Amino acid sequence: MLTIKNLQASVEDGAEILKGLNLEVKAGEVHAIMGPNGSGKSTLASVLTGRNGYEVTGGSVDFDGVDLLDLDPEDRAKEGLFLAFQYPVEIPGVSNVNFLRTAMNEIREYRKEDRLSAKDFLAKVKVAGNLVELSDKLSGRSVNVDFSGGEKKRNEIFQMAMLEPKLAILDETDSGLDIDALRIVSEGVNKLRTKDNAIILITHYQRLLEYIKPDFVHVLSDGKIIKTGGAELALELEEKGYDWINEEITQ
Amino acid sequence: MSNTYTEEDLAKNLEEQDYKYGFTSDFKSDTIPVGLNEDVIRLISSKKEEPLWLLEKRLQAYRAWTTMVEPDWAHVNYKKPDFQAISYYSAPGQTKKYESWDDVDPEMKETMKKLGISMDEQQRLTGTAVDFVVDSVSVATSFKKKLGELGIIFCSFSEAVENHPELVQKYMGTVVPHTDNFYAALNSAVFTDGSFCYIPKGVRCPMELSTYFRINEGGTGQFERTLVIADEGSYVSYLEGCTAPMRDENQLHAAVVELISLDDAEIKYSTVQNWYPGNKEGVGGVFNFVTKRGLCEKNAKISWTQVETGSAVTWKYPSCILKGDNSIGEFYSVAVTNHFQQADTGSKMIHLGKNTSSTIISKGISAGQSQNTYRGLVQIHPGADNARNRSECDSLLLSDRSGAHTFPYIECKNSTAKIEHEATTSKIGEDQIFYCQQRGINEEKAIGLIVNGYCKEVLNNMPMEFAVEAQKLLEISLENSVG
Repeated sequence: MLTIKNLQASVEDGAEILKGLNLEVKAGEVHAIMGPNGSGKSTLASVLTGRNGYEVTGGSVDFDGVDLLDLDPEDRAKEGLFLAFQYPVEIPGVSNVNFLRTAMNEIREYRKEDRLSAKDFLAKVKVAGNLVELSDKLSGRSVNVDFSGGEKKRNEIFQMAMLEPKLAILDETDSGLDIDALRIVSEGVNKLRTKDNAIILITHYQRLLEYIKPDFVHVLSDGKIIKTGGAELALELEEKGYDWINEEITQ
Repeated sequence: MSNTYTEEDLAKNLEEQDYKYGFTSDFKSDTIPVGLNEDVIRLISSKKEEPLWLLEKRLQAYRAWTTMVEPDWAHVNYKKPDFQAISYYSAPGQTKKYESWDDVDPEMKETMKKLGISMDEQQRLTGTAVDFVVDSVSVATSFKKKLGELGIIFCSFSEAVENHPELVQKYMGTVVPHTDNFYAALNSAVFTDGSFCYIPKGVRCPMELSTYFRINEGGTGQFERTLVIADEGSYVSYLEGCTAPMRDENQLHAAVVELISLDDAEIKYSTVQNWYPGNKEGVGGVFNFVTKRGLCEKNAKISWTQVETGSAVTWKYPSCILKGDNSIGEFYSVAVTNHFQQADTGSKMIHLGKNTSSTIISKGISAGQSQNTYRGLVQIHPGADNARNRSECDSLLLSDRSGAHTFPYIECKNSTAKIEHEATTSKIGEDQIFYCQQRGINEEKAIGLIVNGYCKEVLNNMPMEFAVEAQKLLEISLENSVG
């Protein structure tokens, strides 16, 4: 589904962060990307989703036959790419429901599907809301306004449930979550997994991976993926730290 | 309600209406030389065949004007108009502006297309000379007939002077006397035409009255004069302006609007203003210096709702004099400035009677290198027991170079008053736009969503069709403005 070849990217007018990243994600898979601060995890998420402020200097990204880097951010979303933000932003005055309805209709129009009727839309909202125990919190409120940190993260997964993306990137979704919130979010994500979609988990800690079991774990260091393994790799990292990998590589 | 004649019906009908704009030479091509003096005033009055009392009023105003000094305390910078270089009279029908559709500014065409205005309507609004004349039943006639049955008078100011002079004489100048300010004095001396509306006792006007209809009749003048009188227990919702960009060689627009709400009456006055704002470099554009004021008698209510997106310079403070006990004044405003536009706008709520209340909700949006200023006055007089006021003025900055300024004044001379004032300033962040984009919503739609959320409270106070137009207009005014 996603093929990243030799991706190089830098901060606009600044340092090179991704230095030749390679990654292959197939439908039905869950990949975890771990790495120390500064390794390029956020940059990868930003470059894939098309955020301003970054410059791709080399390599390619193929998303189901589409040249992802060639598309505007909204078109990447319409193609089925979703980002669960690390720091979801507040949008005062724009209701959660209105926001999502607009987004859904844009995406459905792109996919040449019919717009959802109000009734069907609200039915979906209920189901998705229950998934992350957020139903009663949504109506009458603006996007993320007065949401606690945990609620914001759950709102991200709620939106994921509504928009049904092909590929979801969860950017440090576990940061700032207490145990209960972590459980709710993880259970929600797990229920959304199908054999046709895929998930990339960006995380520092192994803890999330206890709940959402990855098929592959990649270690990102200094702008490149330097090691790939199964779920047990995460446990090793937890035990030995990132320096261990660097040492292993240099040997 | 099958009887309700909506704005949509009106717009549809206007498409089929007689086109009075034309290349016919039947019209007296009448313009008088530029300049302003008593002779010019007499000439205007005689050309309009006005009664003596009105000429007297004009002369009184003119004489007062010559003693006044042009105000310059507003937070705006502009080249002062040369009053001796303006021609103060042009014959009706002189509103043709373009010889052919090809001559119309392509940007203007694009805007009107985006606003969903039909081709016919676009041509009419730009004053393009149309080749054909449609011979259909004039909408003006059927419209007026319906109103006439209820005793409602809705006509041009000139017609009112002719057909209802006692009403004009009684009320004109009682809310905005010619001595009020420099531009009101000028307007009182040289006003060309405008709208007049009278709602009889106890009558609820069944349709929104729109000056859209009037624009077609005589074009818009530089010095419009509007008078709306709601007699005891009556109700009217009045719409002024339209979303289409109005181009005019006349740079100065100094209108006066007076509203009178007698006991238990209510006037809802909504304005959408999109006068030509000048080009992206800030050259040209209309100066919109308007005096709007309403007077409330006992238990009466006046509410002003405005969406201002046009003009190079906007200077206006729709106000309410809450003279009668228990009267209510409201002001809801969205003022958008982009590129090099400047706006100094707000409201004055004057509390005189007992148990009066007022609400001011002002939303400023500034983009480009524009300056957007809120100026408000809440004045509680000594006899105004138990007055209530709530003011909220918010500014939304869309660029790093635009400015938002707030000058709220509160003068309270009665200790039983309760006054609340809130102000916020915010920005649409790039992060907010990106969040929307990542959900499939492009930048333009994202700004639209966010701005609409911001303006919701104001737009909810407008008649629905007008609000929908205003929303579209807001989106278009703010294209390419974030960052």
